[in-house]
Amino acid sequence: MLEKALTGSRRYWVWIFFLLAITGIGFIYYLKQFSYGLGITGMGRDVSWGLYIGQFTFLVGVAASGVMVVLPYYLHNYKVFGKITILGEFLAIPAVIMCLLFILVDLGQPMRFMNIFLYPTPNSVLFWDAVVLNVYLLLNILIGWTVLGAEKKGIAPPKWIKPFIYISIIWAPSIHTVTAFIYAGLPGRHFWLTAIMAARFLASAFASGPALLIILAMFIRRFTKFDPGKEAFQTLGKIVTYFMITNVFFFGLEIFTAFYSQIPGHIHPFQYLYAGIEGKGRLVPLMWTSAILAVFSLILLVNPVTRKNERTLSMASAAVFISLWLEKGFGLIVGGFIPNPFEEITEYWPTIPETWITAGVWAIGFLILTILYKVAVSIREEEIA
Amino acid sequence: MTMNRRKFLKLTAVTTIATAGGISALELFKDSKLEAQGILPLEVKPLTAKRWAMVVDIRKFTKEDNYKKIIEACHLTHNVPDIGNPKDEIKWIWTDTFEHAFPGQEHKYMPEDFKKMPFLLLCNHCDNPPCVRVCPTKATFKRKDGIVMMDMHRCIGCRFCMAACPFGARSFNWRDPRPFIKELNMKFPTRTKGVVEKCNFCEERLAEGKMPVCVEASKGGLIFGDLEDPNSDVRKVLSSHYTIRRKSELGTGPGVYYII
Repeated sequence: MLEKALTGSRRYWVWIFFLLAITGIGFIYYLKQFSYGLGITGMGRDVSWGLYIGQFTFLVGVAASGVMVVLPYYLHNYKVFGKITILGEFLAIPAVIMCLLFILVDLGQPMRFMNIFLYPTPNSVLFWDAVVLNVYLLLNILIGWTVLGAEKKGIAPPKWIKPFIYISIIWAPSIHTVTAFIYAGLPGRHFWLTAIMAARFLASAFASGPALLIILAMFIRRFTKFDPGKEAFQTLGKIVTYFMITNVFFFGLEIFTAFYSQIPGHIHPFQYLYAGIEGKGRLVPLMWTSAILAVFSLILLVNPVTRKNERTLSMASAAVFISLWLEKGFGLIVGGFIPNPFEEITEYWPTIPETWITAGVWAIGFLILTILYKVAVSIREEEIA
Repeated sequence: MTMNRRKFLKLTAVTTIATAGGISALELFKDSKLEAQGILPLEVKPLTAKRWAMVVDIRKFTKEDNYKKIIEACHLTHNVPDIGNPKDEIKWIWTDTFEHAFPGQEHKYMPEDFKKMPFLLLCNHCDNPPCVRVCPTKATFKRKDGIVMMDMHRCIGCRFCMAACPFGARSFNWRDPRPFIKELNMKFPTRTKGVVEKCNFCEERLAEGKMPVCVEASKGGLIFGDLEDPNSDVRKVLSSHYTIRRKSELGTGPGVYYII
């Protein structure tokens, strides 16, 4: 089936080479980081995780959100998602690969990454995260490939794949829960030490993932003969709406607990992120952009007129995606380190090499996504023809 | 009973002569090479404890200068680099104000000189260390005697331990530390870029029967000993003085106490 990715329009190849170029630049910067060390990034003694771990966290959510199309289709036989399900499954694959790459580029000693499996440590959440992510990746490759392979031959998917699909439905929330546990169980990091961290993660994942799927599917529909159907977009729009509302609600719960209890340690990270402390507020514009986009998206999503209009739905989806990318891929991780354990403010901002390495990983992700979608779409187009 | 190598050799030689009357043994005895080898440290007795702990007697240190020798001694002994910028900084032992060392404990009306007083900070070698709990490779581990240690060859540099430590005790090698080591101590390993490090309560010195270098340099300001031995110096000090620990409410069980 992969041969379908080897033929394509001029536009397809321009896109592929564009991604390869970004990957190449990112890789050159990675070699620099590899020889110099992680000091090449904006991270330091106080803010010891940054953009890489933020992207990792955000993308685990995107990966997990595949379940939002898989579950209705396979558990409830929701036929509307019949066509779009493969796009959800295939989105999960590059998302998990990007997660693993972001962990790898964040390691100080990447050559030793196998130590996680050579010395398995069940008390470490990171060990479990590595396990669940890899299993989730294998599950999605297996399911996506088998289902599409059957479709190509014009037959129903084999029965033995069903148990794997059910496992993947349970597995999806688990990967994001385990990821939340990386942060939610650390003493002394008040911003992360919250019982609803996993719930927040799932809510933001199930809003941002389907929002991205809407944008991607609309893009595919525009440039190919593949159409997931109007109804599928509408259902996805409703999913995004409900989970975005839940996400904002959960955020409100955090705000209430911090500001009504008035416990300084709980207030400080919010103050730093949304107002700045002692004149230091490098993240304030980003966090307010995120907040404004969240409100803007909800106005478009809650109103049935604008949700049903595909133009405004796509705008709302983009707003949701960018808003949550800023909030989770940046603010949530960096905010956990500010103030530091000494109640001092040390700010963080990614450097140019760090930004290019991040772009490089995203380019690899999009490259894999493009190839997988090309295969899926070509097979669908053959069916139509 | 004491018998060192020299005495043992003499005795063997004499016995050999007495029994066999061999001339070669006599020559061996006279061999200057053997004499020059000196005495091997066969009788070094390591210092051991059930639970090592430290008491910082703040009354003995009122100025930054009092700590200087201690910090220098530690950083020299352990090849801690001086990188010279706070972002990439590596430190095993350092000072900070009361407000920063014990956040939430300060108030406006404290004596001014107390507010400015430096507090010596280092790894707390917790009873229940979060850094050990989160490490995905067991590169950080707790020994039976309470020392929380690092295996620099196993550390993958994920920095989960730095996120987990509520005391900011851990430093990461953001770049190659070796060019920044002023005087190389050949008895202690240097580190490579990409690994985390921190105070090790001088376990390498304890193994040689010596007290931690900071304790030696402090001239009584730092008391070190076995927390589970009622007759140890630390226990005596703890039972006769009011002491506090950093962020004890988090339940990590810090092993460093402060006499205020």
